[in-house]
Amino acid sequence: MTKAFPGVLANDSIDLKIRPGEIHALLGENGAGKSTLVKMIYGILKPDAGTILFNGRQVEIESPARARELGIAMVFQHFSLFDSLSVVENISLGMNKVVDLQKLANEITEVSKRYGLPLDPKRHVYTLSVGERQRIEIVRCLLQEPRLLVMDEPTSVLTPQEVKKLFLTLNRLAEEGLGILYISHKLDEIKELCHQATILRLGKRIGIVDVDDESTSSLANMMMGDELEKNDRHHTPVTGAIRLQVNRLNMPAKDSTSISLSNINLDVRAGEIVGIAGVAGNGQDELLKALNGERCAPEAASIIIDNQPAGKLGPNPRRRAGLASVPEKRLGHGAIPDMDLVDNAFMTGFYRMGLLAKGIINYPKTRIFAQKVITDFSVKTSGSSVPAESLSGGNLQKFIIGRELSQHPEILIVSQPTWGVDAGAAQTIHRSLRQLATQGAAILVISQDLDELMAMSDRIGAICGGRLSPLYPTAKMTVEKVGLLMAGVALEEGAADVASVS
Amino acid sequence: MDLFIPALLTIITAATPLLFAALGEMVTEKSGVLNLGVEGMMVMGAIVGFVAEYYSGSATMAIVASILAGAAMAAIFALLVLEFHASQVPTGLALTIFGIGLSALVGQSMIGIAYEGLPKISIPVLSSIPVIGPLLFQQDFLVYLSIVMVAAIHYFLNKTRAGLILRAVGDSHDAAHAMGYSVVKIRFMAILFGGAMAGLSGAYLSLAYSPMWIEQMTAGRGWIALALVVFACWRTLRVLLGAYLFGGISILQLHAQALGIGIPSQVMSMLPYLATIFVLVIISRDVSKIKLNAPASLGRAFHPSR
Amino acid sequence: MWPRLVKRQIPSRLMVYLSPVFALLLSLLAGVVLFIIMRVSPLAALHAFFIEPLSSIYGLAELGVKATPLILIGVALSLGFKAGVWNIGAEGQLTIGGLCGGMVALYFYDQEGFYIIPLMLLAGVLGGIVWAAIVAFLRVRFNANEILTSLMLSYVAGLLLNVLMHGPLRDPDGFNFPESRQFSDSALLPTLFDGTRLHIGFLIALLVVALGWIILSKTLMGYQIKVAGSAPAAAEHAGFSTSKIVWTTLLLGGGIAGLAGTIEVAGPIGQLLPNISPGYGFTAIIVAYVGRLHPLGALFAGLLLALTYLGGETAQIQLNLPVAVTGVFQGLLLFFLLASDVLIHYRIRFGKPELAVEKS
Repeated sequence: MTKAFPGVLANDSIDLKIRPGEIHALLGENGAGKSTLVKMIYGILKPDAGTILFNGRQVEIESPARARELGIAMVFQHFSLFDSLSVVENISLGMNKVVDLQKLANEITEVSKRYGLPLDPKRHVYTLSVGERQRIEIVRCLLQEPRLLVMDEPTSVLTPQEVKKLFLTLNRLAEEGLGILYISHKLDEIKELCHQATILRLGKRIGIVDVDDESTSSLANMMMGDELEKNDRHHTPVTGAIRLQVNRLNMPAKDSTSISLSNINLDVRAGEIVGIAGVAGNGQDELLKALNGERCAPEAASIIIDNQPAGKLGPNPRRRAGLASVPEKRLGHGAIPDMDLVDNAFMTGFYRMGLLAKGIINYPKTRIFAQKVITDFSVKTSGSSVPAESLSGGNLQKFIIGRELSQHPEILIVSQPTWGVDAGAAQTIHRSLRQLATQGAAILVISQDLDELMAMSDRIGAICGGRLSPLYPTAKMTVEKVGLLMAGVALEEGAADVASVS
Repeated sequence: MDLFIPALLTIITAATPLLFAALGEMVTEKSGVLNLGVEGMMVMGAIVGFVAEYYSGSATMAIVASILAGAAMAAIFALLVLEFHASQVPTGLALTIFGIGLSALVGQSMIGIAYEGLPKISIPVLSSIPVIGPLLFQQDFLVYLSIVMVAAIHYFLNKTRAGLILRAVGDSHDAAHAMGYSVVKIRFMAILFGGAMAGLSGAYLSLAYSPMWIEQMTAGRGWIALALVVFACWRTLRVLLGAYLFGGISILQLHAQALGIGIPSQVMSMLPYLATIFVLVIISRDVSKIKLNAPASLGRAFHPSR
Repeated sequence: MWPRLVKRQIPSRLMVYLSPVFALLLSLLAGVVLFIIMRVSPLAALHAFFIEPLSSIYGLAELGVKATPLILIGVALSLGFKAGVWNIGAEGQLTIGGLCGGMVALYFYDQEGFYIIPLMLLAGVLGGIVWAAIVAFLRVRFNANEILTSLMLSYVAGLLLNVLMHGPLRDPDGFNFPESRQFSDSALLPTLFDGTRLHIGFLIALLVVALGWIILSKTLMGYQIKVAGSAPAAAEHAGFSTSKIVWTTLLLGGGIAGLAGTIEVAGPIGQLLPNISPGYGFTAIIVAYVGRLHPLGALFAGLLLALTYLGGETAQIQLNLPVAVTGVFQGLLLFFLLASDVLIHYRIRFGKPELAVEKS
């Protein structure tokens, strides 16, 4: 299969074979071309060249409806769900044939029981958790009795415990003869679940291997090309002064679609990286906004920066106090998509960099600042006068993080620092964050990527339903234990029998 | 009693045009498209219906012409918004400005011509009920049609698969696209339907409400209809309620002077506009409620991902 | 082979400026078709519309007179629209501004004095600000959609002016016509050239263009406006208050529209009438868009749209064309502009797709 987009060859003559009953991994980094390939298989994209054989017959998959007709089902990384509709309505929209909703509701209950995927057909989607939403997608696929199930990064939104349950379901389905194409860049999962793996790199197929014959490091080598340097983990406890302290912070939800924060307590010391894990939509965004001043706390004393109450300060007074932040969403929150990099450098830099005098913008100085960020953080761009939206995800993230780091913050709060970023840029970002901590800054990293947090944080906790767990030294934690925290289980009772949770 | 009957009649005649336009706009908005051009489509429906009646002498032809005029205006909007990726807000404004201008041009030779109004249709048996019979069951065709449309749209949106798909497109165009539904086609249909209903609303104004042509005779009703959709939280039956509530306000307007209250007529004419602001404020202050009921993709541009 | 749209990687700066030119040419073409349908010689009609008014000093001066309110409000709306604040009730703010300014003039109807005009202008600005403040308050405090509230208030403003013209403001010696007294000479804006009606209001408009340009391109306020409209969440991240931007742009819009209203009554009209504007407040929406939401653009667009008013009048006198043609032409111009704007983000390709790009 071949597919090109303006400027990139996303898939370059890729071959892929899946047998019934096989769980086949499609392995590759962000931007390797995995999503493009599966979108062609599911009829969302039209291939420029190449053929698809299904059960030995050549087929044209011109639409998702045709794919479903053939017996190909897909669970998307970003769910295709309609929040305002009920579970059964959502599922019926994904079916080719028109069915009676009552009958369908019964079938949903039946399938969800059989595969251990509890689901209430009458509930509205906006009331469901991320894990439950994924179940809708899976049940929807199973109801069509597919021959091939495509799953695009299904575990990125789940707690480790939920992942275990999912794998049980998938193994059972494979035993019943379903072929599963499992897309991931998480090597541990692939080792645990998959039989064979096809590896993509920069749009090309690198190889097809039996997973049992490979180690995670040999898979990683194939995926990334060359051995990546290991992040050195800090085991010595950091004893610097407390820079950022949060005491019993409560924030009511802004509206029905956001999460309220309750009784948040945390502290970050100079020279320390604190990690906060959690499944998407558990209050991460709200926490970031509460800490950087986008939303003010009801009580000034609930957020303390360098011994000064700061809860009622807005973003710029907090910047003056030394607190910088990087939000999760880059385009539209961390950066202005249609404005150029100079204007984007000004966006958060004007306060600390002195780019403003009496309400008038000092553009020459701003241009120099933007250029410095571009050079220092090796942002690949044709110059500082291109709009932010023209940069790739990794380059834009380097620019945004560079913009904050160049202001020498004493406290940095960063959400999802490497989400959707290529390995090279991720490494640059991790290295510069560690360096900033070494220079004595206090850093708080909010991330859904547990591996990242385990690798770089000194202490770790998790947020669940707007409540933050206590922070523990990362050296004493395991992925399973953090998983319990992510599920909102307190560690004292649960730590002893991690295995029994299922 | 001698005030009651004309009052009720006033409510019905004032509510019907609002009902048509708001129902149509609600369906358009349910598909995720905000068409601010209701006023322009309505005023074109009014003049084209009137011209068609003048030349053909047939009320049926007039109504059909109004529907087509509203839909044709909507088609311009749909083309710009869906094919040319124009923003919905300025395109809707353009539609209104254009409609008011074009209707004035088409209608310049129609000023001063009178029309006797749409024929009343008596529903047998029911219309012979004392007092309310002649009131409720001796109306023109469009009044009955407006009520039938309420039921039909309610059924369509909540009980049919097509209605479900329409709501799904309005909720998340990206998800609908990923599932293989043609967002553009579905929205095109919804926009055309909204235009046709606005055209009907215009027809009612120039053929029944005040059977003649006056420039800008819609007098902001298209905008009030837009506010009604918000007031109704995008629910069909509440649109019906809202339209008749606003119809009720116009009784005050028309009968205040009859009752001998010494308020200038212009001040009474302000009432519907002030009431619109009032209900908007009442409904909008609950942000969560709007967020929960408004179609989630409303007003957002749809660019299918590559 | 049908032409297809292919998304550009970077929006085209060139097309931002070319699009209004395309729109104008297409509108002229549509105008030709319209005139043929109306059985008028297209050449004669276009001449009457676009050449005749510009071929005399008097005509050029009239163009300035008509352009003044359009430019003023166009600049104000550009700032608002850029911030994503949809004040489409400038007509109402103009009306109240004119009313307030006019009431000052009527209060001093039998007096002379240099202070009268500044007081009138001040009253006009304040009137417009108050009318827009209602919209801002309802939006910030109750989240009420400013499109609908500002428009509803336009109708209310029109009726308010009307009721006052039929009552307290009516000229006592005016045979019950709903018109006020004529303003005294001290309440009339001085003209710039003898024999024309071009008044100093035009200079005020030029000043507002310059100020608007500086605000938008050089100041933090302008930057906040741009960010708030383009990426509201980014504006909050930068620490800009959304409510403040709503208030600022609406009050600015209302104040300038009110100023334009006073300039109208103190300039070409010279008294209060039940109707003081042929829809300048709405046409200014087109001015803002054709001017690319830029103050300098609003200057040129204001002159262009003023020409459509002037041309409409000339065509009515010379060819007996209905004035409504002006409205149709203005609507067409905005349609064609919105359609041409597709070229900013997309390019047109003919032939077979060499790179498959999705079309839904």
